[in-house]
Amino acid sequence: MKEIRIHGRGGMGAVKAAEALVYAAIMDGNSIPFFGFERQGAPVTAFIRISEQPIRPKNRVYEPHMVIVLDPTIMNAVDVFEGLQKNGSLILNTSQAMEHLTLPETVKTLACVDATKIAQEVIGRPITNTVMLGAFCKATGLVSVEAVAQRVEQLWGTKNKEALYRGYDAAVVAER
Amino acid sequence: MQKLDILNGNKAAAIGAALARPAVIAAYPITPQTPVVEYLTEFAANGEIDAAMSEVESELSAMSVVTGASLAGARTFTATASQGLALMYEPYFRASTLRLPIVMAVVNREMISPQSVWGGQQDSMSVRDAGWLQMYAEDNQEILDMVVQAFKIAEDERVLLPINICFDGFYLSHMTERVLIPEQEKVDEFLGVYQPKHILLDPQKPMAVDPLTNGGLLMEYRYRHLQAQQAAIEVLEETDKLYGQAFGRTYGGAIEQYRMEDAEYVLITTGSMSGAAKEAVDIQRNRGIKAGLVRMRLLRPFPQKQVCAALKKAKAFGVVDKNVSFGWNTGIVYQEVKSALYEEHLCIPSVPVIGGLGGEDISIRMMEECIDAIKKAADEQKSSETIWLTV
Repeated sequence: MKEIRIHGRGGMGAVKAAEALVYAAIMDGNSIPFFGFERQGAPVTAFIRISEQPIRPKNRVYEPHMVIVLDPTIMNAVDVFEGLQKNGSLILNTSQAMEHLTLPETVKTLACVDATKIAQEVIGRPITNTVMLGAFCKATGLVSVEAVAQRVEQLWGTKNKEALYRGYDAAVVAER
Repeated sequence: MQKLDILNGNKAAAIGAALARPAVIAAYPITPQTPVVEYLTEFAANGEIDAAMSEVESELSAMSVVTGASLAGARTFTATASQGLALMYEPYFRASTLRLPIVMAVVNREMISPQSVWGGQQDSMSVRDAGWLQMYAEDNQEILDMVVQAFKIAEDERVLLPINICFDGFYLSHMTERVLIPEQEKVDEFLGVYQPKHILLDPQKPMAVDPLTNGGLLMEYRYRHLQAQQAAIEVLEETDKLYGQAFGRTYGGAIEQYRMEDAEYVLITTGSMSGAAKEAVDIQRNRGIKAGLVRMRLLRPFPQKQVCAALKKAKAFGVVDKNVSFGWNTGIVYQEVKSALYEEHLCIPSVPVIGGLGGEDISIRMMEECIDAIKKAADEQKSSETIWLTV
């Protein structure tokens, strides 16, 4: 079973991204959003579990294998690395170059993409969820980008599908 | 073929209700139940269901509308949570004492004060003695399956009582997972048509309902009501088997037992926390601890015989309650289980646990610790004080 945590802010589609990913996963999966006081801009966390076996736990994920950060500024407010397992993956929205990032040792696979810029260009708004799903598919190979693209187009149309592929293409993936 | 979909708990409940083809639906939105109302309204607007959708101005009206519709012979569905359920209380009681087989989903949410919109089972458990049947689901598949089965159980002539299908707010209502949706024709065949004989408003054949009734007759009503509740246990077990034959899924009736064959330390849970509890049982088994789990599916009527039989060989048990029993320093299900065991003279050490109030998470690790506490109670032959998780 792989456990994934998504950090975003209200309005960025963290919860919807989690649902789209679970839908696209051929394997069994569940996604659990953790809602705070729902309002635009407030930190939002969503959890995903993907497994070939039926998934029993319905509670929060404490020790994720992978973390997706939809908004770089969230790292000032929330410890996005909390509980990240050894050899973990980090999928990060950032405009910085990889070498300028300070990351804990638990991050083995790192994927960076300037998702805010791409989202602004393609969608016209800084809604980064689909761009980041593209980067996630490239970095982890856990779910095929085609399957996610199909679901994204179904839910939000062709522009978001384009954003997904732009994220997939632009993501820089490195092993540390 | 059953259709595979990815559904949140609210949509699973709405689809389950739609499959039963209710003639009348009345509901008022309240977090975390709101999407149930939205989905059903959407189904009705799209012509996917034939139900008369009554958009009422409060939960008091919602329950009153389904009561009237049920009296007129309609199959009915509604859903609510927390303060909405509290506002329904007057017609809620009347619906059960009129023996109306209304199906209502309760998307469990904490009761205020303080203000909270998150999970907790205080709402439905606080009205457990208002004469309804109450069941609690563990996952989204069970929500859908139980909403469908609920109509069959409630409308059975041996029962004729309203039923709550309860599921945890957010942890299930807003959690998405794979769910198989049964075929409409097979659900039609499974449920049949509701044809009330015991009570029916018909202008052609006038009857008085609820006249001023003396105590002697009222006592008899209550006696029969309680008998009907007890009959629901057998009807539930039958329905579980029939559903298994038709759709390939069974849940085990009033309680679900997990690794109970030789279990000495028994954890008792209700609702979505049971998944984490099963993981904890497996972890403790790998350490050589003979742990087992009983999941309460049915709370009303309380399945006394089933619980006693399951705990007969246990050395100690613990109950994790997502609610409190005001007046006892424990949760509600803990008191119910203890009462049940008295009948069989099962006096074993026990551990009351309270957790998950106001949406607090109950982790696998916490469940492991509960099992440790149950083992300790057995070793010391002494019941523990109430354990408050995350306090």
